[in-house]
Amino acid sequence: MGVIKIDRDKCKGCELCVHFCPKGCIAMEDGYNHKGYRPSYFAKENECTGCAICARMCPDVAIEVWR
Amino acid sequence: MEKVFERTKGLTDTEFGYCPGCHHSVLHRMVAETLEELDILDKTVGVCPVGCAVFMYEYMSCDIIEAAHGRAPAVATGVKRVIPDRIVFSYQGDGDLASIGTAEIVHAAARGENISVIFINNTTYGMTGGQMAPTTLINQKTTTCPTGRNPAVNGYPIRVCEMLATLDGPSYIERVCPTSPAGFAKTKKAIRHAFENQIAGKGFSLVEVLSNCPTHLRMTPIETYRRIDEEMTKVFPPGVFLDR
Repeated sequence: MGVIKIDRDKCKGCELCVHFCPKGCIAMEDGYNHKGYRPSYFAKENECTGCAICARMCPDVAIEVWR
Repeated sequence: MEKVFERTKGLTDTEFGYCPGCHHSVLHRMVAETLEELDILDKTVGVCPVGCAVFMYEYMSCDIIEAAHGRAPAVATGVKRVIPDRIVFSYQGDGDLASIGTAEIVHAAARGENISVIFINNTTYGMTGGQMAPTTLINQKTTTCPTGRNPAVNGYPIRVCEMLATLDGPSYIERVCPTSPAGFAKTKKAIRHAFENQIAGKGFSLVEVLSNCPTHLRMTPIETYRRIDEEMTKVFPPGVFLDR
């Protein structure tokens, strides 16, 4: 069981976390953040294992992970 | 619950100004994490290039010097020789290291200077507008070879690792390909090894990182990762070229 927190305003919408999450827990928002990018969000909270692959792939260090 | 991933102390609180999906941000973080893990943040001096990474001093918590274009290995040599107890690294792109700075990197390697070099190869000039670089692939389109790189006119890509591995000076040369979680782990390990080599006084270490430029390749970040795996690794095969 894991929990991630994505900093909405740091995210630049590159979608790497969405692509590499082994459980498909992350999805893209429809709205925009203050930078004008579509940020990602934690969509399936029950399936996260806290592997931290999303955080390691994130270029902008926008994700923190707890397990 | 235990926190398993947080921002390293090696980075400042400044948000990266790089384009979405840029490998520079990833590699800044990996260098910063390595410095924190080895507990050498307070005695490290980085030398950054001319190129997108020119703003590295904004993002790193260690000391950073901005060198003239391509001259980072020469500046790093100076720092290391004057204050040998400092850990000195240069962080350079392919336009900086393989084009204008070819002389500096070859001679720093030939002298076996005890520095670590992180070489970011994305086959284009990112900051100045996507022009052809010495590492641009054959038939790759850039703003200065809009019909694709033609070897008859523009020559062939330079393989820096293979070229430097023929010298007797360097201690460690590896090319890595961070396009997957495993590739990221390998890249981090290679960067750590380059710093450990320097701490052990073994001499010149260079890690070439195959990287991307989503903006000038006109691709999404995931497409650029695929391009590295499918096209770049054919011309620039990853692997350890020297470790002694």
